[in-house]
Amino acid sequence: MQDFTEAFRLAFALVLSGDADLIEIVGLSLRVSLSAIVLACLIGLPLGAWLAIARFRGRRAVLVLVNALMGLPPVVIGLLVYLSLSRAGPLGSFGLLYTPTAMIIAQTILITPIITALSRQVIEDLYSEYDEQFRSMRLSQRETITALLWDGRTALITVALAGFGRAIAEVGAVIIVGGNIDHLTRVMTTAIALETSKGDLPLALALGLILLVIALTVNALAMTLRGKSDGLAHG
Amino acid sequence: MAESIRTVGLSLTAGGKRRVGPLNLILPPTGTTVIMGPNGAGKSLLLRLLHGLIAPTTGSIVSAGQQAMVFQRPVMLRRSVGANLMFAVRRAGGTPADCQRLLAEAGLADLAGQQARSLSGGEQQRLALARALACEPDILFLDEPTASLDPAATLAIEEQVSKAASTGTKIILVTHDAGQARRLADDVVFLHDGILCEHTVAAEFFDTATSPQARAYLSGQIVL
Repeated sequence: MQDFTEAFRLAFALVLSGDADLIEIVGLSLRVSLSAIVLACLIGLPLGAWLAIARFRGRRAVLVLVNALMGLPPVVIGLLVYLSLSRAGPLGSFGLLYTPTAMIIAQTILITPIITALSRQVIEDLYSEYDEQFRSMRLSQRETITALLWDGRTALITVALAGFGRAIAEVGAVIIVGGNIDHLTRVMTTAIALETSKGDLPLALALGLILLVIALTVNALAMTLRGKSDGLAHG
Repeated sequence: MAESIRTVGLSLTAGGKRRVGPLNLILPPTGTTVIMGPNGAGKSLLLRLLHGLIAPTTGSIVSAGQQAMVFQRPVMLRRSVGANLMFAVRRAGGTPADCQRLLAEAGLADLAGQQARSLSGGEQQRLALARALACEPDILFLDEPTASLDPAATLAIEEQVSKAASTGTKIILVTHDAGQARRLADDVVFLHDGILCEHTVAAEFFDTATSPQARAYLSGQIVL
C-alpha cells in the first residue's frame, strides 16, 4: 500500500515538474490523435452526411457495414496497417512503418467509421426536419450537405470529440504499427503498458492521470456542447 | 409575368387510395388563388404536387418561373434570424443590403442577431415568408401559413402576402379560414375528396357557390 502511495506521490511530482519525457509522450499522443481526428472528420463528416441524404440501392447494407466497422478491433486494424506498410506490403516502399504517420493512419482508419456512423445519424435527424424546405429551395446535393454540416456543427463537434476520445485511448493498433519506440513513437497508452510491465509505476500513473484528465475534459466539452445543441433544437 | 400553372389529368395515388385528382386546372397568371376544402380534401397534397415536392401518379404540370413555398410549420435553420434570411438571399444572388431590406419589410430588423428558433410562431412565419420572397418568386405557395397564429400575427402575414401579390407574384394559398380567403382571394379552388368541385372568381364563389359541397362548407356545415 505504501508503494502505491509513493507511486502516486512520484506521479504527481512528475506531472507538476513538467518532466521532459512525459511532455514528449503527451505531445506525440496529442499530435497523433489530433491529426487522426482531423483526417477522420475530413472523410467521415461529408461521407456521413451523404449517407444521410442519399437514396440508392444497397444503402441499408452500406449502413450496416459502417455501423459494424465501428466495432472493428484496434489490433485487427493495426495488423492490416502493419501488413500494408511492412516492407513486403503494397505501401512498403513509403517506409512508414514504426513512424508517427503509421500511427495516424491506423487511428484514422479506426475512428473514421465512428465519425461516419455517428454523423450520419445526426445529419439524418436534421435532414428529416429540413428536407421539404431544402427541396422547396431547390438546393443541390452539395448545398444540402454543406448546410446540414453547418447547422449540425454543435452535435458534430460532439461526434468529433467522441472520436478523439476513442483515438487517444487506443493502444492495440498504435503499438503494432508504431512499435512503441522511445522518443519516436511512444504515446501515452503504449508507454503506460510498457512502464507497468517494467514496474515503473510513477511514470505509468502520471501518464494515466493525464489521460484521465484529457478524457474528462473531452467528455465535459461533449456534454456542454450537447446541452447547447439540445437547447437550440428546442429553443 | 406570363407564366401560370396548368395541370392536365393530374392525380396522386398513395397507399392504394386516390388522394388527388384527376385534375385539369388552369390558374391565372397573377393574383391570389386560394385552395379551400375540408380536412383530407387534398389541398396540401395539391400544393406540394404543383410545387414539385411530390411526383404525380398520372398527369402533368406546366409552370414556369421561380417558385418558393412557405409551410404551415416554418422550418428554421439553426442560425440567427439574419443568417436564416441571408442563406436564401445569397442563393438568390442578393447582397447583405437586400437581406436588411427584407428584414425591415418583415418587421424583424431588431431581431436579426437572435436565434431564429427562439422567435415566436408569428415571427418565425414572417421570417419564413421573407426567406421565400428573397428569391423574388414568380409563384409563391403558402400552406396554411397562419393556421396556428393569433390575429395580430395573421394580419402581419396577410399584409406581407398582399404586398407580394401587388408586386406581381402569383400567390397560391391553402387555407381553412373562410375569412382569410374572403380577404385575400381573387379566385378560389374548392376541393373535396381530392376532386375539383369548383374553380371560380372569389366573389362568385362566396356569393353563389354552385357545388353542394362548397355551399355546405361555406354555410358552416361539417363536410365529410
